[in-house]
Amino acid sequence: MENFFSRYKNPLVLMAVLFIQVIALATQVKRPESGRASGPGGTRLIRVWTVTAIAPLERALVVTGHFFRDTWHDYVDLHDVRRQNRELQDELARMRLEQVRRQGDADQVRRLRALLDFKERYVGQTVAAQVIGTSGSDLMRTVQIDKGSSSGVTPNMAVITPDGIVGKVKDVYKFNSTVLLINDRESGAGVILQNSRLHGILRGSPQGFLQVSDIMSDEKVDVGEPIITSGGDKVYPKGLPVGTVVHVASDSEGGPFLAVRIKPAAHLDRLEEVLVVTKIAEEGPVAADDGAPRRAADILSQRLPSVQKPVDPAANKTAGNAAANTAASTSRGAASANPSPSPAGATKKVATDNSAATVALPTVTPANATKLKPKPKATPSPSPDETTPPKADEKPPAAEKPPR
Amino acid sequence: MNYAVSMTSREEIEVHRFSWPVSIGIPLLAIFIQVFVSKWLTFIKIFDLPLLVTIFFAVARRRPIPGLVTGALIGTVQDVFSSPVIGLNGIAKTMIGYLASSLGVRIDVENPGSRFIMTFVFCILHRIIYMIIDLGLVGGNEPWLWGHTVLSAIVNALLAVALFAVLDRFKLR
Repeated sequence: MENFFSRYKNPLVLMAVLFIQVIALATQVKRPESGRASGPGGTRLIRVWTVTAIAPLERALVVTGHFFRDTWHDYVDLHDVRRQNRELQDELARMRLEQVRRQGDADQVRRLRALLDFKERYVGQTVAAQVIGTSGSDLMRTVQIDKGSSSGVTPNMAVITPDGIVGKVKDVYKFNSTVLLINDRESGAGVILQNSRLHGILRGSPQGFLQVSDIMSDEKVDVGEPIITSGGDKVYPKGLPVGTVVHVASDSEGGPFLAVRIKPAAHLDRLEEVLVVTKIAEEGPVAADDGAPRRAADILSQRLPSVQKPVDPAANKTAGNAAANTAASTSRGAASANPSPSPAGATKKVATDNSAATVALPTVTPANATKLKPKPKATPSPSPDETTPPKADEKPPAAEKPPR
Repeated sequence: MNYAVSMTSREEIEVHRFSWPVSIGIPLLAIFIQVFVSKWLTFIKIFDLPLLVTIFFAVARRRPIPGLVTGALIGTVQDVFSSPVIGLNGIAKTMIGYLASSLGVRIDVENPGSRFIMTFVFCILHRIIYMIIDLGLVGGNEPWLWGHTVLSAIVNALLAVALFAVLDRFKLR
C-alpha cells in the first residue's frame, strides 16, 4: 500500500488537488432557481480577501500613474499652451464681437416685429422707414428717414411708431425725407385727453417740451392721463397714443388756459424704425377703439369747431396751424349751434350721463364775430402749416360726412 | 526503479530552483498585468501570462507536484479577478502545470523551438480543458472559437520564447 502511494504520488496529488477544486467549484454553481451564483462561504471569503489585498496596490499604482500623467500634462507638456491661449483669446474676442452684433440684430428684430404687429393691427397704409440722421440742432427738431417720394411719401404725412406719434413729413426728396418731430416748436396736432375727453392742441417748444394748449383753466386734468390724437388735423390718424400728462399748471402769462406738459409716448430721442402713414384709413387704430359707446357730444366735439386761443398771429402761424385751425373750425361750427354768450375764446364742458364731453360754446364777440361763420371741414391735402383762415362764404360742417 | 524516460540529449536533467521572491513575485506580476494593465492595454487580453508563468515554472522545476500546485495557485488567484466562478483557471492550470512538469522531465525544453511548440500545445490544451469545465461543470455557454484559440496559442507561444529567455536569468543553479 505504501508502495502504491509512493509510486503514484504525483497522480494522486493531482487528483486530490483537482478533486478539491472541483468540489470548490461545485459549491459555487447553484441551481438556476436559487437565484445566486455564489453564496456566502469560504470561496466568497477568498475572493474578498484577495481583492482586499490587491485593491490597495492597484489603487496606489493608479494614483501614482495619474500623478505622473497629470504632472506631465500640467507642468511639462506645455509647449503649445501659450499659442493655444493666444488663439483662444483671439477667438474669445471674436465671439464677443459676434455676440454684440447678434444682440444688436436681435434688438432690431424685436423692434421690427413690434412695428410689424402694429402695422398689421393698424387699418391703413404705411411705409416702414429707417431713421438715418437728425438735424443735429436744438433749434430744429427733425430727423431724416430713408424713404422719399420713390416710396410714395409726400409732405404732411404722419410718422408714427408703435409707441406713439413721432411727427409729420416736412420735406420729401427722391429717396429720403425730413420728418418734423412733434416736439419741434413748429409742430402741432389735435389731441384728446383720453379720460376727460378734453380737446387741445399739441405743440412743441423751443426747449423740446410737449405741451397741450387750449384747455381752460377751470378744467380738471390729472397727471398721468393719457393723450391720444383726435384725428381732426387730418394729419395724424385718430386714436394714436401721443403721451401722458406729467405736469399741469396755470398759464404763466395769466391767460385762461392751462399749461399742460406731457411726456411723449414715442422715444423721440431714440428713433430707429418708424412708419410713414401714406393713407389714413376710415377706421381708427385698434388702440383707439376702447369699445365704449360714443356719444353725440363727443362726435360733435370733434366735428364742430372749438375755440381758438387768442394768440398773436406770428406764434399761431408757427405753432401747429393745422391743429389749431381744425380746432377753430370745430369751434365755429358749435357757435352756430349754441351761440350763448360767454367769455371770449372760452369752452364749456357739457356734462351728459356720467361723463363730460367738451362741446365748444363760442362767444360772440366783435373780435371773432366774423370767424363764427360756418367753415367746411378741412381737406386732408393742405398742409397744416399753410392752412388759411376760413372764408365767410364757406359751407357749414353739416355737409361733412356723417359721424360714425 | 526509475521509469522516467528522458528524451533530452543531456545526460543529466537539470532541476532548477527559484528564490521565494521570484516564485511569488513573478506570478503575481503576471496576474497583475493580465488583470489590471489589460484595462488600458487591451491587446494584452490575447495573452495568457499566468499560463506562461505556470508552464515556465513547471518545466523548470521538473517536479509534478510543485508544478501542479503552482498552476493551482496561479489559476485560482486569476479566477478571483477575472472569472465569475473560482476554479475554472485553477483546474485548467493545475493540469497544465502537472503535464508541463511531467513533460519537462522527458524532453528538452530549453531551446526556443521546443518551447514554442510546447507552449502552443499547452495553450490549446488549456483552452480545451477550460471549455470542458465551463460547459460540463459550470453550465456556461461560451462559444468555441477555433480561429481565436489558434491565434492566441501562436501569439502566446511567440511571447513564451522571449519571456522564458528572460525568466531563465532568475534560475538558481
